[in-house]
Amino acid sequence: MTDITQALAEIVGEDYVSDQPEEAYFYARDPGLMPAHKPDYVVVPKTAEEIQNVVRLANREKIPVVPMGAGMALTGLVIPLKGGIVIDMKRITGILAINEKARLVIVEGGTSQGLLKAYLEKNYPKLRHSIPDSPATATIAANVMIHGQGRLSQQYGFNSDMVAGLEVVLPSGEICKIGSCSISPDWFSKGAPMPDLSGLFLGWFGATGIITKVALKLYPKKKMRDVEIFITDMEELVPDIVHELTYTEMVEDITVFAQPLPMIFRDNHHITIFFTGDTDTELEFKRKMVWDALDRFIKSKDGGFMGVPPVMKPTLLDSPQRSVTRFADVKKGGGFEYSGPIILVEKYPECSRKIKELAEKYDLGYSGMARIIGRGHCMMYGFAFTFNRADPDMMERTRNALHEVSEYALKAGGVFWKPTVDEQKMALDKMDPNTRNLMGMIKKNIDPNGIMNPGNWEVN
Amino acid sequence: MKYEEIVHRCFRCGYCKLTSDYTDFNCPAYRKFRFETYSPGGRMWLIRAWLNNEIKNSERFQEILFSCATCANCVEHCVFVFSEDLVNIFIAAREEMVNKGIIPPAVRDYLKNISINGNPYKEPQDERGKWADGTPVETYKDQDYLFYVGCVGSYDERAKKIAGAVANLLLKAGISIGILGEKEKCDGNEVRALGEAGLFQFLAKENIAYFKELGVKRIITLDPHAFNAFKNDYPGLGGEFEVYHYTQILAPLIKSKKIPLAEYKAKITFHDPCYLGRHNGEYDAPRKILGAIPGVEMVEMEQNRENAFCCGGGGGNFFTDILGGGEDSPNRIRVQGALDTGAQIIAVACPQCAKMLDDAIKAEELDDRLEVLDVAEIVTRALA
Ligand code: SF4
Ligand code: SF4
Repeated sequence: MTDITQALAEIVGEDYVSDQPEEAYFYARDPGLMPAHKPDYVVVPKTAEEIQNVVRLANREKIPVVPMGAGMALTGLVIPLKGGIVIDMKRITGILAINEKARLVIVEGGTSQGLLKAYLEKNYPKLRHSIPDSPATATIAANVMIHGQGRLSQQYGFNSDMVAGLEVVLPSGEICKIGSCSISPDWFSKGAPMPDLSGLFLGWFGATGIITKVALKLYPKKKMRDVEIFITDMEELVPDIVHELTYTEMVEDITVFAQPLPMIFRDNHHITIFFTGDTDTELEFKRKMVWDALDRFIKSKDGGFMGVPPVMKPTLLDSPQRSVTRFADVKKGGGFEYSGPIILVEKYPECSRKIKELAEKYDLGYSGMARIIGRGHCMMYGFAFTFNRADPDMMERTRNALHEVSEYALKAGGVFWKPTVDEQKMALDKMDPNTRNLMGMIKKNIDPNGIMNPGNWEVN
Repeated sequence: MKYEEIVHRCFRCGYCKLTSDYTDFNCPAYRKFRFETYSPGGRMWLIRAWLNNEIKNSERFQEILFSCATCANCVEHCVFVFSEDLVNIFIAAREEMVNKGIIPPAVRDYLKNISINGNPYKEPQDERGKWADGTPVETYKDQDYLFYVGCVGSYDERAKKIAGAVANLLLKAGISIGILGEKEKCDGNEVRALGEAGLFQFLAKENIAYFKELGVKRIITLDPHAFNAFKNDYPGLGGEFEVYHYTQILAPLIKSKKIPLAEYKAKITFHDPCYLGRHNGEYDAPRKILGAIPGVEMVEMEQNRENAFCCGGGGGNFFTDILGGGEDSPNRIRVQGALDTGAQIIAVACPQCAKMLDDAIKAEELDDRLEVLDVAEIVTRALA
């Protein structure tokens, strides 16, 4: 046992530290396509205090530290690019407090989306959170850290917009509270009406600190939920359709998918519209509003509602949608990766054309999936390609296709979502120099030894 | 390796380590060790790495592979079409390790004891039927059913009592049963799960030949593990028998009042054995029996039926104890789950679960609050 392993064992307990080849192999990679890089140590702490002590040790010894939730970003954000200590957060899973009337919850840094969903369903059936379609093991802290989106993003913005306070371990090992909780016992705002310091951490992928607590805004959960799919074969109409739908203010979530398989989906754009209600009357009223809003497209024969077969409904209403994960096995190969730029909805037609062009060029299976954010303020357009992990050539073609997506997305005015390190470099290169300098100053001042998830958001 | 063409298809999404409603992590090995490597997806990725020579068969790799309790939670909850083969994949990897002779000492000892002594306890074969001494249970001749007890029921003190209780109830209801006594051989379920395919085939073929020689058509098992082997693995080796777990025989007998019951007041929670529940889809028979006892109040643990949390004894861990020790051992987590229900009794339908949970109650110092009883023992207490 090395001195560092011994020191880590004293902090987290011998059973929860590893410097063994098995953990080094597994934690060196994620399910995506980024090259592997081994950690020197993996720890699975139980408390924020243990994390503090691990970070203090790392800071003293100048060892990199990489926090990891479920590791499902697919873009290599938890791959320890410079080795060091991976902190697996999934033993810290508390749901610490709920304020039912204010619709707020405080969870710990490793609490999963699935766990919070199960907890709310059991104890607070009138409350819900904006659950993303990543696997249920994905953690809430990591999701807000990457500015994830979820079921309620059409109504309330990015999931990180729903943060109501943070507790973070700084690179120095100190615990810092962010938001109203820094001066009040109540966690209800991440910033306003004070300077919003959450921006020092959200979106930084752990390069400035490790989130150990998140307060999250919850929202009303209606008793019923239903889904309609509007189909058009004219991609240029999708932005208008979305515009009409968001105007109704009747809709929970709007996603759009277009993919060549199975055959029934080919050549069409499926605008999937979710809505909720406490009564049949409420649900039917919303359905009617949605139908009325799209009436003109039906009249002009440019689109129509697809009768969603009853067997398909549970798949669509599933939350998180397990079918999204199943995309990984389309090629019987356990892999998919997507580049998901955040971009204006009006760019949908060109994104849609681009993914088809790239899929053809590189001979890949694909799915284009957009999730509307805000009332049509922007969308995440996922250029998703499925690959066979046992086929190096297909993996390389997927990498190349994704690289072209990155170049295209920047040119089209998009901003990378959960960018790979290569995309981070591209973004920093294109960024306004003063903004880039500001980012550099922040990183240098918060993390002078550069120990926090090094390689990410590095401004040279 | 068998299934080699599948291992790369794991996306390491982790659905397999949860329950269907996501209330908690439900892979017993992951719950104990908490590194991703001990989760089903971790095993998949490491098996692939091992096959590709990227990692070696180290002590830790062995611990990772052999700590799987073959509980099939991952089979139930993995979202991909290959899910049904997950446990088979883990067993296939163990087979490779056994074939190369590089396995944990506890596994080696278990397999050695079975092949030398015919049981894991190193007990003499002629002690095998001793549990039935003083009972009216007879040796199998031409009775309607062979009552197969298995190694644990034959030799473990706690389990012997359960075997006696089951046999008494069956006889009381007029079911014609006979046992093999000192002629009984290990069913091999754990041998197979621990990756000794050759020894398993040998045991299975010997059993099949002997059952056929005796004219056995129907078998009632005490242990869900034997039930699983007879039902799912023996047919492929020429052993087609009608196989029942004893709860499947008792449930209709109790319903038709062939076993009359008096009031027995107790709050009971039932722990689903993995080899009865997830592996064989039988969740109702034990619940029907318990639910039919006047005065019994049934309460479910949060993780029940196809979401049941394994006691940690499956896949040979009952004998090798790779999952044991410490407060995160699965049996201790499980009794805490039972405690949360407010039940006084954890009902089991498997002698291995009985022992595992008994040990956990002692370790958690819950002796005065919880009792582990087999379904047959509870029925015995309620006999009119
Ligand atoms: S075994 Fe299935 S559910 Fe588990 S990580 Fe792999 S693909 Fe996901
Ligand atoms: S069978 Fe059970 S113990 Fe083994 S990997 Fe699957 S869930 Fe874990």
